[in-house]
Amino acid sequence: MTDFGAAISTAFALVANLDSDLSEVVALSLQVSLSAVLIASIIGLPVGAALALFRFPGRTFLVIVLNAFMGLPPVVIGLIVYLLLSRAGPFGVLGLLFTPTAMIIAQVLLITPLIAALARQVMETLWLEYEEQLRSLGSTPLRSLGVLLRDGRYSLVTAVLAGFGRAIAEVGAVMIVGGNIDHVTRVMTTSIALEVSKGNLALALGLGIILVILSVLVNGLVYVLRGIHRQGVTP
Amino acid sequence: MRFIFPRALLLAIGLLAILAVPAARADEPFIIVASTSSTQNSGLFDHILPLFHEASGIEVRVLAIGTGQAVRLAQNGDADILFVHHKPSEEKFVADGFGVRRYAVMYNEFVIVGPAADPAGIAGMTGAAEALARIAEREAPFVSRGDDSGTHKRELALWRAAGVDIAASSGSWYREAGSGMGATLNIAAAMAAYALADSGTWLNFHNRQGLEALLGGDPILFNPYGVILVDKDKHPHVKSALGQRFIDWLISPEGQAAIDSFTIGGERAFTADAPADIVAPGQKQSE
Repeated sequence: MTDFGAAISTAFALVANLDSDLSEVVALSLQVSLSAVLIASIIGLPVGAALALFRFPGRTFLVIVLNAFMGLPPVVIGLIVYLLLSRAGPFGVLGLLFTPTAMIIAQVLLITPLIAALARQVMETLWLEYEEQLRSLGSTPLRSLGVLLRDGRYSLVTAVLAGFGRAIAEVGAVMIVGGNIDHVTRVMTTSIALEVSKGNLALALGLGIILVILSVLVNGLVYVLRGIHRQGVTP
Repeated sequence: MRFIFPRALLLAIGLLAILAVPAARADEPFIIVASTSSTQNSGLFDHILPLFHEASGIEVRVLAIGTGQAVRLAQNGDADILFVHHKPSEEKFVADGFGVRRYAVMYNEFVIVGPAADPAGIAGMTGAAEALARIAEREAPFVSRGDDSGTHKRELALWRAAGVDIAASSGSWYREAGSGMGATLNIAAAMAAYALADSGTWLNFHNRQGLEALLGGDPILFNPYGVILVDKDKHPHVKSALGQRFIDWLISPEGQAAIDSFTIGGERAFTADAPADIVAPGQKQSE
């Protein structure tokens, strides 16, 4: 397979030359997926924590649905968002279809259940550990929520990173709602799909290598940040 | 250092998200064109759109999808222009009131590609339908688009012309990929199978492995492209004026010359064929 060698040198050449099309695509990928992670975390983390702490009718059902939604195919989410944002759909007047905003909406829908479900798992374990203590201190579940979110923060980072991983890697949803329009909605994954369809396998694989490196860099950055912060907290 | 780590993380993500915003693009007028993968994958749009942009200042955002999907999208009002290659669908689109009018723009042809070994022995044949009948008779592997695209519709018409009931063979030697042209060619290359391809995508396709163009030139393989403005009466938000300027340019001598000047490896990929006597509304008569 000569394609692998060609792919590595292609990836290297693209990065070394600071290819302007590539940096545009990388920037848009990061913008879309990081925005989606931010929004999904703001929604998903508290929802996950609330599901862990509160007991209410239908809770088990909600947990099952949430867990099942972790595995929703991106292309289905893409289709749903397309139908909602299409001019013929309920939100058509907004004119959001084929814009980065539409891609962010789709990815938020895609990863919020994942982040919420993982957060619930983490919180539930913590709650089992802390419940008695917090109750004896007279803390209500609502007030405990803040305490638990803070104490579970390092484990919650994993939930957030899992969301980022799913967002940056998916192609089905952004292809449908973004349209893979050059210089407007083309991201790493849709570029790769396009190059595969042109038969430019080495270039496609080269882009894939860059995507992996990008993902490693983001995860590494979070790891370093966490390390710095840990040192800052515990003297 | 009292602030909570997740908050710091979210802050960092937010900051990164903002930093990653590409330099704001000038607020140019733009139109959305629902087209087929062949016009995009062949490289035609990369060649002609900068010329149109230079002439008009209008940005053209292209959705490269199958003809069937492009038509549905345009029917929903999600594009301003439909630029595809399946005349019956195009005429129906206009007749149903979704499009204003169909303009002929250009043509190329379909080719039957297959492994160099040519197990069905179609190289040298002149009739596409006869060649397909031969492939069916020998049960040589054939990969179909299977995606309701213009190429797929044409291929089904060819099987009918060949008198082959292709649905009966689906899953055996006849494989329906349900994919775009490029993906289908990738599969055909890997399986050493036959396939029907538009010549534009074929010329620009880089992963041929053992595939060769074995049959072309039959008039039945003629592949005309038409362009249609989506009707404002159906979808009031359609950018009619900008869209019509794109159509006017495409069928103008300037646009037609731009299409003709696009070559792949020295071969002309599309031949412009807008009738010279058609003058679109809004186009100044210079003669």
